[in-house]
Amino acid sequence: MKQVTILSGKGGTGKTTITGSFAALAEEPVLADCDVDASNLHLILNPVVKETMEFKGLNLAEIDPEKCTRCGLCMKLCKFNAIHEYTVNPIHCEGCKVCVVNCPVEAISFNERVCGHAYLSETEYGPMSHARLTPGMENSGKLVTLVRQNAAKLAEETGRELVLVDGPPGIGCPVIASLSNVDAAVAVVEPTLSGLHDLKRALQLLEHFEITPGVIINKYDLNLENTASIRGFCEECGIPLLGMIPFDENVTKAMVQAKPVVVFSPDSPASLAIREVWNEFSSFLGL
Amino acid sequence: MKIVVASGKGGTGKTSVAVNLALSAGARQIIDCDVEEPNVHIFLEPENPRRKPVELLVPEIDEEKCTYCRRCAEFCQYNALFVAGEAAMVFPELCHSCGGCKLVCPEGAITEKPRQIGTITLGEYHGMGLVYGELNVGEALAVPVISAVKEHAEDDGLVILDAAPGSACPLVETVHGADFCLMVTEPTPFGLHDLQIATEVVKQLGVPLGVVVNFAGVGDRGVYRFCEREGMPIIMEIPYDRHIAELYSRGVPFTVEMTEWRSRFRELLETVEGMIR
Repeated sequence: MKQVTILSGKGGTGKTTITGSFAALAEEPVLADCDVDASNLHLILNPVVKETMEFKGLNLAEIDPEKCTRCGLCMKLCKFNAIHEYTVNPIHCEGCKVCVVNCPVEAISFNERVCGHAYLSETEYGPMSHARLTPGMENSGKLVTLVRQNAAKLAEETGRELVLVDGPPGIGCPVIASLSNVDAAVAVVEPTLSGLHDLKRALQLLEHFEITPGVIINKYDLNLENTASIRGFCEECGIPLLGMIPFDENVTKAMVQAKPVVVFSPDSPASLAIREVWNEFSSFLGL
Repeated sequence: MKIVVASGKGGTGKTSVAVNLALSAGARQIIDCDVEEPNVHIFLEPENPRRKPVELLVPEIDEEKCTYCRRCAEFCQYNALFVAGEAAMVFPELCHSCGGCKLVCPEGAITEKPRQIGTITLGEYHGMGLVYGELNVGEALAVPVISAVKEHAEDDGLVILDAAPGSACPLVETVHGADFCLMVTEPTPFGLHDLQIATEVVKQLGVPLGVVVNFAGVGDRGVYRFCEREGMPIIMEIPYDRHIAELYSRGVPFTVEMTEWRSRFRELLETVEGMIR
């Protein structure tokens, strides 16, 4: 089984558009949407949910006002500034348990909390693992790990050899979780100065974790000069450029129709380019 | 007054709105809270930059004193400590710095030492304060860097904060304590979906909000219908415009060349001030 993550550093560069189209082009893929706090892949792959799992994050401390003697020790010890007026603010509590074990009258309980849901689903193109973090919650990294585990399980059960992972933006905990044990990662970049800046940090992250990198330039015709410098940068670092996709209004039109662009308009400039990128990507992965 | 510019979906134009609003309205300070991928400094190159480390306190175990009783490892909710046989290990990148292990250790074998997880840069741009944070590559926890950046926010005057995409803890940390949140979205199904989620977070925090529709003219009407249904005002629309996109790609705030937009951003600020009152 091969697992590959599509990431970008900067948000909105086209990760999901490309993953969705790859899903349609791949022979027998398993899909995983690891952007658990702003997931979008389901909007173009229309999964039918077969199984829902509760995701329990870190526990939440709760103070029993009947038992509390208002000594204030918990407020002093809490490093997250989560306790005010002898009440725990669930948004700021990081579930560390310090207040629970130090309360002299055992007035603080430590309770499980559901921080989201993970889904095992079926799409037209293959099984899909995805999730939804309860808005505002911590621990998206742990939920990403659950999505990855579910995807691997789906691949095993169905005997499929390729897991396509749609990654979250950024370089922090959910991104790191989306990269564990993958065979390669491909960064999608737009030819803007912000895009190049963020690409460099994303590639540094891949280097840090010793993950084989590849690059795709999306909307390359937006600024040819920047496209040239991204190509130059990739060449200098010896990172394979897997292809370039032009700006194409059909991408948004396909999204509105809830379809991957290669399905919605197979002969559009973006679709033709994505097909070529897919071929490069397949040989890059050794499929 | 603290105004956060947030979005849910990435790439909808948060940084562009934050930078152009700050320039047009003569903000006192602009603060980039997207510490994973900060971009404000690409548009506004800071003069006189000063850098400061962001450190977290992580445990250090004195193995002379440690009896390998495992209480610290059993206590740690983040699996940052591991004790087996006659070995005690710390995984600092998992540590949230709650200080609990030091409190539960019966031998006084645990001390805390600072560990750098990121950097803050303070500077100026034509008299406006500029602060941004950078999470070190390979580090997981963005929130402590965001809170370190926010410690430099001025109490008075107009302060613009640029948030990271998403709807998880970085958004909560950025929006906490703000007077207003501008939600920048694009009129597409992706933009709508992530706007709905991010809006939930901002509402939970009790911060008033308004919407900026960027790339207006592409996509569909879903975002407009949602805003109408929820009674969320659309304060500004920025059309999809090749010239704006091209300026953005070169790191130029579009109000620098398209000066007619400056008064629109000032009007946006007046609208926000009216809504806060």
